[in-house]
Amino acid sequence: MPQLGADMAAGKLTEWLKKPGERVKRGDIVAVVETDKGAIEVEIFENGTLDRVLVEPGAKVPVGTVLAMVRGDGEAPSAAPPMPRPMPAVAPSVPKPRPAVAVPERRAPAGPTGRLRVSPAAARLAAERGVDLAGLRGTGPDGAIRIADVAAAPAEVAPAAEPVAALPEPATPAEAIRRAIAAAMSRSNREIPHYYLSHAIDVSRALDWLARGNEQRPVAGRLLYGVLLVKAVALALRDYPEFNGFWRDGRFAPGAGIHVGTAIALRGGGLIAPAVHDADAMTLDALMASLRDLVARARAMRLRSSELADSTITVTSLGDQGVDAVFGVIYPPQVALVGFGTPAERPWADQGTVTTRRVIQASLAADHRASDGHRGALFLARVGQLLQEPEKL
Amino acid sequence: MNAGATVRTTYREAMREAIRDAMTRDPRVFLMGEDVGHYGGCFAVSMGLLKEFGPDRIRDTPLSEAAFVGAGIGAAMGGMRPIVEVMTVNFSLLALDQIVNNAATLRHMSGGQLSVPVVIRMTTGGGKQVAAQHSHSLEGWYAHIPGIKVLAPATLEDARGMLWTAIEDPDPVIIFEHTLLYNMEGDLAADAGPVAIDRAAIRRPGRDVSLITYGGSLYKTLDAATALAADGIEAEVIDLRTLRPLDEATILESVTRTRRAVIVDEGWRSVGLSAEISARIMEGAFYELDAPVARVCTVEVPLPYPKHLEDAALPQTDGIVRAARHVVGGNG
Repeated sequence: MPQLGADMAAGKLTEWLKKPGERVKRGDIVAVVETDKGAIEVEIFENGTLDRVLVEPGAKVPVGTVLAMVRGDGEAPSAAPPMPRPMPAVAPSVPKPRPAVAVPERRAPAGPTGRLRVSPAAARLAAERGVDLAGLRGTGPDGAIRIADVAAAPAEVAPAAEPVAALPEPATPAEAIRRAIAAAMSRSNREIPHYYLSHAIDVSRALDWLARGNEQRPVAGRLLYGVLLVKAVALALRDYPEFNGFWRDGRFAPGAGIHVGTAIALRGGGLIAPAVHDADAMTLDALMASLRDLVARARAMRLRSSELADSTITVTSLGDQGVDAVFGVIYPPQVALVGFGTPAERPWADQGTVTTRRVIQASLAADHRASDGHRGALFLARVGQLLQEPEKL
Repeated sequence: MNAGATVRTTYREAMREAIRDAMTRDPRVFLMGEDVGHYGGCFAVSMGLLKEFGPDRIRDTPLSEAAFVGAGIGAAMGGMRPIVEVMTVNFSLLALDQIVNNAATLRHMSGGQLSVPVVIRMTTGGGKQVAAQHSHSLEGWYAHIPGIKVLAPATLEDARGMLWTAIEDPDPVIIFEHTLLYNMEGDLAADAGPVAIDRAAIRRPGRDVSLITYGGSLYKTLDAATALAADGIEAEVIDLRTLRPLDEATILESVTRTRRAVIVDEGWRSVGLSAEISARIMEGAFYELDAPVARVCTVEVPLPYPKHLEDAALPQTDGIVRAARHVVGGNG
C-alpha cells in the first residue's frame, strides 16, 4: 500500500485492474486505492507477471502492506496457488479517545534540562492521585521529587476529564479531503519554520509572446500562462536545488528529479497538487498537455500514486481569482512552495520613466531548516529572469 | 548433639571442616592444588588434612594452573569429585581456557553425555597489601559464563555449608573466598552442615534502602547499616551468596519495598556485577524506584600496594554510608 500523502496511514483497495498471471510492465496501472483524497490509481514499478494478489478489494490495510506479489521474468512461479488471502481490515486512522483519567501535565520545568526530576515511583503515585508535580518541592537526591513528597501533597481535584470524541468516518469525499488538508497543513505549520519572500515580475513580454504563439495553435492546444510559470520555476530549480526535495529525519534530501506539484482546486471544494514529473525537461506544449490531463483526472478523482507522492515542490497560482499575491503553506515533507498572483497592469518605473506593465507578484514560502532567505531571493530573481526570455523556456 | 550448641571457630576452620566433611562423606572427593599438602595451603585452609587423608587425596601439584585445573576437570568427567584450590583469582586466569572452554561447555558440547562435577576454590579480593597481581576481584568475570555456578560464601555458615552442596551439583562450581575473611572468628552451630546455594540472604532487614553486596564487602556494608541506623535510616543488607545464577527475586522484592538500592561490589564498576544487578533492577523494578540505583565499587585502578592508597581504592564503610544517604535524600 503506497503512501499517497504525508499523513496517509491506511488505504482501501477498491479494485484490481490486473489479474494473477497477467503481464505487467513498469508504469502500468494495476489497482485502484481509495484514500482521503479520493480514488488513486496505483502504478507498478517492475516488469514481470502478477503472481498473486494478497489484499482483496474492499480491505483497508496500513501503508506498507504488501498488496500483491510480482514474479520477475525468469523467476519460478510461487509454490502457493494464486489464491488471494483476505487481510483483516484495520481500524481507520482516527485519533483514539484519550483515557478519561486526567494525567497531570508536568509544568514549571526545574532542572537544567527543562524537565522536572521525578522518581518513577513518585510519578506513578502522582498520576494515580492527580497530584500536580510542578508545585512540589523535591527532597530526594539532587532535589528530585520522590514518592514521599507526592504522598505528602494534597491531591488536586482532577479537572473534569474531557475525552476527545473519536472523529466519525467522513460523510462525503469533500469532507475526507478537507480532513486530509487539515492534517497536512496543521503538520506544516506545526513543524516547518516558514519564511516568505515576494518579488514583482514584469511579464509583459512573456504574455505578448504567448499570445502571438497561441495564434498559431489550434484552440485545444493553446497555452495558458501558468505553463510559463511552472516551466520557469522548474528551470530555476536546476540552479537552486535546495528548494527541490524533502526534509526528512532532520536533514534535507534532494529530489531525484524536478517534479512540480501544481495546486488544482477541486469542484467540490478542497485542492490537490499532483506532480508533473521532470517538468524542467518538458516542452511547453507537453507541459500544457500534461497539466490539462492532470486537472481533468484530479477533478474526476483518478490520479496515479506517483503523481500524489512524488512532488518535490509545489506551485500555486491564484491568478484567476484576482488576488495580488499568495503566501503559501508548504506541503510537508517538501521544503518550498512558489505562489503567483494575478498578472495585472501596474505603473512601472524604468530608467526614469513611468510606464504601465503587466506585472505578476511571485512569492516563495520556504522551509528555513533547509534554506536561507539569501538563496531564496536569488531563486525568485532567477524565476523572474527566465520569464523575460519566454522563447527559451 | 545439642540443638543450639555452638563452637567458636574461624572462617578458615569452617572451610577446613567443610573439606574434611566432604572427604569423609564421599571417597571420590579429593583436594588438589599448589601447596595444599605439606605446606597446609597458602592460606592454611588444608592444614593437617594431608596427615589425616594421605597423599592420594590431598595432592600437591606443580605450579601450573592450566595443568591442575584441567586435571581436575578431567577427573570430574571420569567420575571423581575433585576440589581444586587455586591460590588467587588472579592466578586462575592461567586456567581460564580450562574453566571457560572446557568445564563450562562440556555438558552442552556432549549433548548432555558429560558432566563436570568439579569444585574450584580460590581466594579473591584486596586489603592485605599484596599488590595488584594478587588482590583483584574478578569473580564477576566468571559470573558472566553460562555453564558454571559462582558462589561467594561470606559467613561461617556458608563457609561450612556451601562446599558439600557444590560437590553434589553435577556442574562446575567456583567458590570465591575473600582473603580478609579467613581470620574472621565467630560462633557456629555445632551441627552446622550443608546449605542451599540458590538464594540470596537478607542479613539485616530494613525499609529505607537495600544495600546489595556479597563476600568480603558484607561486613563493611553491615557496619554502614549500623551507622545509617544512628541517622534513622533503616538499611536492608542483602548478601547475594551466589553470583551466578543471581537470585533476582530476592533483590527485586527488597527493592520494591525500599524503593532504593546501593550495590557494593569490590569489583570494578565498568561492565561488572554491579552493572548487571543495576540493570536487572531497572528491568524488573523501574516503576518502584524512588531514586537512581547507586554503586560503591573499587576505584578503576590496579589495586595499589601502599595501605592508604589501597584503602582509598576499595569500597569502605563511610563511602557506603554516603551513597546510601544520597539516594535516601531528604530526612529519610
